[in-house]
Amino acid sequence: MADLVKLTIDGKALEVEPGTLVIDAAKRVGIEVPAFCYWEGLSLQAACRMCLVEVEKAPKLMTACTLPAAEGMVVRTETPQVAQARKSTLEFLLTNHPLDCPVCDAGGECELQDMVFRYGAGESRFQETKYHVEEKQWSPVVFFDRPRCILCFRCVRICDEGLGVRALGIVNRGVTSEIAPNRGDHLECDECGACIDICPVGALNSGIYRYRTRPWEMDHAGTICTHCSNGCKTTLGVRGGTRIIRGNNRDRSGINGEFLCIKGRYAYDFYNHPERLQSPLMRRNGKLEPVSWADALSAVARRFSETKERGGKFAVIGSNHTTNEENYYLQKFARQVLGTGNIDHHRTGDAAALREALQGAPGSLATVSDLYGRKAVLVIGAHLALEQPLLAFTLRANYRHHQARVYVVTEGPVREDKIAAVSVRAERGRELEALESLREPLRGEPELVILFSDAIQGEAVGKLVSFGRSLGIPVQYVCLLDYSNSRGAVDMGLVPGAGGLELDEMKAAQDIDVFWVVGANPFESGRPAAKDAFLVVQDLLPTETVQLADVVLPAASRYEKAGTVTSVTGEVQGFRAAVQVMGAKPDLEIIGLIGKQMGVAAGMGPWSPEAVFEEIRKTVPGYDLPPAVIAAGGAAQAVWSDGAAGGRRRTGTVRSDRNGLFASGTLGRYSKILHSVLESRLDGRS
Amino acid sequence: MLSAAEREEIEQVLKHYPVRDSVAIDALKIVQRHRGWISDETLKEVADFIGMTPADLDGVATFYNLLFRKPVGRHVIALCDSVSCWIMGYEGIREYLSSKLGVGYGQTTADGRFTLLPIVCLGACDRAPVLMVDGDTYGGLTPAGLDGILERYR
Ligand code: SF4
Ligand code: SF4
Ligand code: SF4
Ligand code: FES
Ligand code: FES
Repeated sequence: MADLVKLTIDGKALEVEPGTLVIDAAKRVGIEVPAFCYWEGLSLQAACRMCLVEVEKAPKLMTACTLPAAEGMVVRTETPQVAQARKSTLEFLLTNHPLDCPVCDAGGECELQDMVFRYGAGESRFQETKYHVEEKQWSPVVFFDRPRCILCFRCVRICDEGLGVRALGIVNRGVTSEIAPNRGDHLECDECGACIDICPVGALNSGIYRYRTRPWEMDHAGTICTHCSNGCKTTLGVRGGTRIIRGNNRDRSGINGEFLCIKGRYAYDFYNHPERLQSPLMRRNGKLEPVSWADALSAVARRFSETKERGGKFAVIGSNHTTNEENYYLQKFARQVLGTGNIDHHRTGDAAALREALQGAPGSLATVSDLYGRKAVLVIGAHLALEQPLLAFTLRANYRHHQARVYVVTEGPVREDKIAAVSVRAERGRELEALESLREPLRGEPELVILFSDAIQGEAVGKLVSFGRSLGIPVQYVCLLDYSNSRGAVDMGLVPGAGGLELDEMKAAQDIDVFWVVGANPFESGRPAAKDAFLVVQDLLPTETVQLADVVLPAASRYEKAGTVTSVTGEVQGFRAAVQVMGAKPDLEIIGLIGKQMGVAAGMGPWSPEAVFEEIRKTVPGYDLPPAVIAAGGAAQAVWSDGAAGGRRRTGTVRSDRNGLFASGTLGRYSKILHSVLESRLDGRS
Repeated sequence: MLSAAEREEIEQVLKHYPVRDSVAIDALKIVQRHRGWISDETLKEVADFIGMTPADLDGVATFYNLLFRKPVGRHVIALCDSVSCWIMGYEGIREYLSSKLGVGYGQTTADGRFTLLPIVCLGACDRAPVLMVDGDTYGGLTPAGLDGILERYR
C-alpha cells in the first residue's frame, strides 16, 4: 500500500490514503464542507461550487469535492473569503428560486435553506422577474417542481449509476435547464424514490408524502422492510403514534445504506387498508362475525386441547413475514404443546438444500458487504434488479467502485447484463449445463460469490456446490428467497420434522383436524382437501385463507411490533414498533395468549420478543449473536453450523413468486401505491 | 428507422471513439443533415442506435443551438446577440431582418425559406455585428448589406 498523505485542514493534521478527496478527509476530522452536488459513491459533478475551500499556495479557491489530498497541503474551510464565495453562490442559486419554503415539503430539512441560514445570504441584487415553470407530475410517485431545482444532478446520477435505470436526464441550458423524465412527459422507472430522497431541496417530491406534514412534527422509528428478503432498514416517519407518513433511510443505517426500493419506501400503506382486520372473527351459521378476544381465544384453546387429547391431527403453517421470535415460538408451541411435526411454510428457495450441501464449510454464506467487496459474482436464474433490489444495487456499486466481474446465467435479458463480463442465456432447468461454459473464466477469478434462485433446487444445489468446490477458489453462496423472513423461517424451524407433513402434503391430506395458519395464505387457490378441518388463521387482511377460517385472529403487521428478522444474506436485524393499530396484536402475543388459555404458558416461557430472542441465542445454531449490536440497530450474520439441516423437501415444490418491483405476494395486493403504479402503466401511456 | 446511409455515416464516426456515447453530437448532426431537424421520433431512433436513453440524448440535443428540435426553414439565420455584437448594434440588424422577413426569433418565413434564431458569441467579435447563415459567417453587417447576403440563399 502506498504511503499515507499528510495534510492539515483547519489546523488539524491528518493522514489519509492517497487519492482521498479533501471533502472526505475533512469529514474524518469532523469538519463538514458544504456540498450540494457531491454525493459519496457517485461520480463527481463539481456543478454547485458550494464546497470551495482555501488551499495554501493555490491562486484561487478550490472545489474540495474534486481535489485529492496532497502531501503537505494546508486547507482552510471557513475563511472570510470562502464564506463570501459561498454567499455569492447562494445568491446565484436563489436568482430564480421561488422561496416558497412555507409550503415546500423540504422546508426544515432542505440543504439550501440550511446553507442560506448559515451564510446569511439574505439579500439579492437581482431585480428581474423570476423565471418560472409549473410543477409537473411524472408518475404516481414522482413530482417535479423546476423552480426549486438547483441543478446538482444528484437525481440524474443516482438513477443512472445507483439504480441502473437512467430514467432522468437534463435538457436545455442555462436558466432554462430542466430535469427531464424518460418518457417525455412522464416517467417509467423503478419508482424507487431514490431521486426524491437524494434531492437536497424540494424540487423532487413524492406523491405519498407531499403536503402531509412538516418534518419536525414526526417521530421516527427504525424498522426492517416487510416485503422482500433483502432486509432493508426503513426509517418510518410517524405522527401521533398511529399514522405512518413516510419511509426512508437517510441516516444510511442498516445493511442497505441509503437504498430502498418502492416497497420499502412507500408500500407500508397496507397497514391502514380499509379492509384491515381489527377484531377477532368467528364463524357462526356459516358467516364470520366479530367476537371478543376472550371468546376467540377460548374457542381456539378449547379446540386445540380437545384435538390433542383425542390424538387428532394438526397442520401448522407459518409465515415468511413474521419475526424470528414468532417463528421460533410457533414451532416450539407446535412441537411441544400440540405434539406435531406437521409444520411448514411456503418455501421460495432451497435454503435447506444449500445448508446441507455446505456441511463442513462454515463461513461460505455471503453477506451484503461481500456482494460489495468480492471480486467476482455469479448470478443464476434471477432478474436481480427486479427480484432482489438491494442485492442488485449493491452489486452495481461493486462494479462501479471496484470493477467487480459479474457473470449472469438467466433465461432472458436482465439489467445486470449491462455490467456483466459474460452473460449466458439458459433455459429454465438447464442453468447447470450452461455453467460449464463459464468454468474457465471463473477458475481465473481470485474469489466468487454465487447467487442462485429457485431455478437451482433439490439435488441441483449439491451439484452447484460441487461445481463451486471444483473451481479451486474461495466461493460464497446466497440462496435467493422471496420474503422478508424466509431465511428466518427455515432457521427457526418452520419446516417439517422427521415424518412431518410438508405444505403440499398438508393441503392434500384428507385427515387434518385442525389447521393453524399464522401470517400466510396457503389456500389462495382453493380449499384444503380436509374440508371439515377447523381452521384458525392469524393475519392482517381478509385473504382467501381468512375467508375460509373458523376463527380469525387479527395480527399486527411488521410495523406494529418489535423483534428480529433474518435477511436473505443471513443478517439478523432488530426493529421496534412504529405505530399501533387498534384491535390487532403481534402474532407472538396471540400465540402466548392461546397458550395461557390452554394452561400451558408456564412450559412455554415468556412471550416477550427479548426473552424469546435470548432463547433463540441459546438454542438455535448460528444465532448466538451479540444482543447489544442488534439492539443498537446493527446487523450480525447468522452462520449455519454443521448439524442436522432438517426440512429437506420430498415433494420438490420450492417455488419463487417472482414478484418483481411492484408486487409483494398477498400483502402487495393491499398496497395502494403499488396498485397506482401498476395502473399508471396500464393506462396506455407507455 | 435510421436509413442505411445514416447508419453508415454514424458507424464511420464511431470508429474514432472508445465508447458509443461519445458519438452523440456527431450522430445528431448527421441525422439533422439528412432530415433537416430532430423530431422526438428521430431522437429515439438515434438513442437506440447508439445505446443512450432518449432523456440523456435530449440533454445533448437541447444543449446545442445548432441542433434543431423543431422544424426549420431551408436556411437558418443565426444572429449573434452577445456582448460585442450588442455594443456594435446588432439590434438594428435584428429589426431590419425581422421586418424584411416578417418573422421574429424562432419563426420561419411563410415560404419556408428562412428561420431566424439568436445565437451566442460566434467567436468573430472583431467583425461584430455578426450572423451566420447555414455554415457561412458574415461580419461587419449593415442593414443595406443584408439584402445581398440573403439573395444568395433561395
Ligand atoms: S424513482 Fe428511482 S428509478 Fe425512478 S427516476 Fe427516481 S431514481 Fe430513477
Ligand atoms: S431535482 Fe433535486 S436532485 Fe435533481 S438536480 Fe434538481 S436539485 Fe438536484
Ligand atoms: S429491496 Fe426488499 S427489503 Fe429492500 S426496500 Fe425493497 S422490498 Fe424492502
Ligand atoms: S460539492 Fe463541490 S462543486 Fe458541488
Ligand atoms: S459577440 Fe457576436 S461574435 Fe462575439
